[in-house]
Amino acid sequence: MTVSYLIYKLILVLIVFVISLFVAMYSTYAERKVAAFMQDRLGPNRAGPFGILQPLADGIKMFMKEEIIPNVSNKFLFILGPSLSMLTACMTSVVIPWGTQLTINGKPYPLQITDVNIGILYLFGVVSIGVYGIMIGGWASNNKYSLLGALRASSQMISYEVAMGLAIIALVMMTGTLSLKEIAAQQNGWRWNVFYQPLGFLIFLICAFAETNRAPFDLPECETELVGGYHTEYSSMKLGFYLFAEYINMFISSAIISTFYFGGYNMPCLGRFVHDPNMLATLGVVFMFAKIFFFIFFFMWIRWTLPRFRYDQLMNLGWKILIPLSLINIVLTGVFILRQDIIHYFIK
Amino acid sequence: MLTNRSKIVAKKELSLAEKLYFPAILAGMAITLKHFFTKKVTINYPEQKREHSKVYRGQHVLKRDEIGAERCTACGLCALACPAEAITMTASERKPGEEKLYREEKYASVYEINMLRCIFCGDCEEACPKEAIFLTDRIIPSNYERGGFVFGKDILVEPVNDRVDVSLRQTEEVREFKKNKNYAHNI
Ligand code: SF4
Ligand code: SF4
Repeated sequence: MTVSYLIYKLILVLIVFVISLFVAMYSTYAERKVAAFMQDRLGPNRAGPFGILQPLADGIKMFMKEEIIPNVSNKFLFILGPSLSMLTACMTSVVIPWGTQLTINGKPYPLQITDVNIGILYLFGVVSIGVYGIMIGGWASNNKYSLLGALRASSQMISYEVAMGLAIIALVMMTGTLSLKEIAAQQNGWRWNVFYQPLGFLIFLICAFAETNRAPFDLPECETELVGGYHTEYSSMKLGFYLFAEYINMFISSAIISTFYFGGYNMPCLGRFVHDPNMLATLGVVFMFAKIFFFIFFFMWIRWTLPRFRYDQLMNLGWKILIPLSLINIVLTGVFILRQDIIHYFIK
Repeated sequence: MLTNRSKIVAKKELSLAEKLYFPAILAGMAITLKHFFTKKVTINYPEQKREHSKVYRGQHVLKRDEIGAERCTACGLCALACPAEAITMTASERKPGEEKLYREEKYASVYEINMLRCIFCGDCEEACPKEAIFLTDRIIPSNYERGGFVFGKDILVEPVNDRVDVSLRQTEEVREFKKNKNYAHNI
């Protein structure tokens, strides 16, 4: 590990970090635009041309707001909550392969911060820490709405994590690896996992919605019953952090969905037109982001289409439908993988 | 059952397709996507303006007469007629030599309408015996301060060289009404 390698990694980390923040920032803008367009409105269009400076204006507004920490709250935990949310949201991006690798002066520069060979486990570990951010924030506020919101959020996230994990197990059985780099690399050409794992993809997608706390699963911040939910007591930039973390999560979820099921940076037929490997890698990154943006749009599209679930429906869906379905999916995948042996067994 | 209007609620079982939600979700998504591309109904206000009716009741104007003298005589009838108590004024006596400025020997040295109180009913213009106050189709601009909504004579009185056309508001009925001597203020 040379110094130049370290510097390269450092730069990559910075770039990924900045890009996540930037995408999250503009997701807030996109969300408002998509919402407006779907409701036959125009959305923000005053700050800068087409309103593209709106996120900046929102950010400045957030910073200028009065910072209120309730007297009865636990100060340390109150601040820890949003920080943890933000931290875990940013941490997941390390294992995502944004592209193959660039070769400069004969040296390979992989476009992934680190290829942990247990990447999927790492992902799940970090995602489940994310629950604590919300839970601690809700609990530390010392407010019953916050507490109820936090309880809801944590039970929802824990329930859906199970189904999500089971859906991923089927994927791992197929690909035979836990490393995201290899999963992405295996899906070259048209061999995208979504064609082999349609059910698993569906389950994963639904769970991703629940994990990011977005409509139709936005129970934790149910305005009609819980005021703001777990962030009722939050103000200023701490509130901003919570909201921002949601958008970073959305970005990362989209990236993970693209990597797991939609071939990541692979684009079929691209190799036939472009031969330069560096060019190919760059285009791969572009396609990766195209897929990510599509899924971000998809998240918003769903949000502005579907109403919210009732809480018991949410739990029913999670435990009684998605988990059995994902178990069936595992069995089916197993049968599919061992089909040769099974046929052999019966014919013999 | 007494009125025979009770209805039995039909609680029909959902079919499999309905239970799966997906057809309904896809249909919903198709609808939102269609709206995504339809023409937007928003009017970008300061640049574009919605068409008003010709007799829209907006910001008031205090009229001048043909030679440019203010018509208002500070009789206070508009303030009396105003249901929102939006109008206040101070009357002053015209000095010799000011005949070109004020039509009558009494005039309003201060005339203020609080646009936050005003409900744009138009009673003031109906009450005015001197054809001095009219509502126009102009919209009250927004303001950050409450004080900014109290419009004084500097805003209300029409400029001499830039008269506000109110002919459309003087319908036959209004003119007939102004001639009716049964109403005290028309005498
Ligand atoms: S329009 Fe009506 S409310 Fe407004 S000032 Fe005239 S009388 Fe008063
Ligand atoms: S009623 Fe007419 S003349 Fe009398 S004070 Fe009002 S605007 Fe002036």
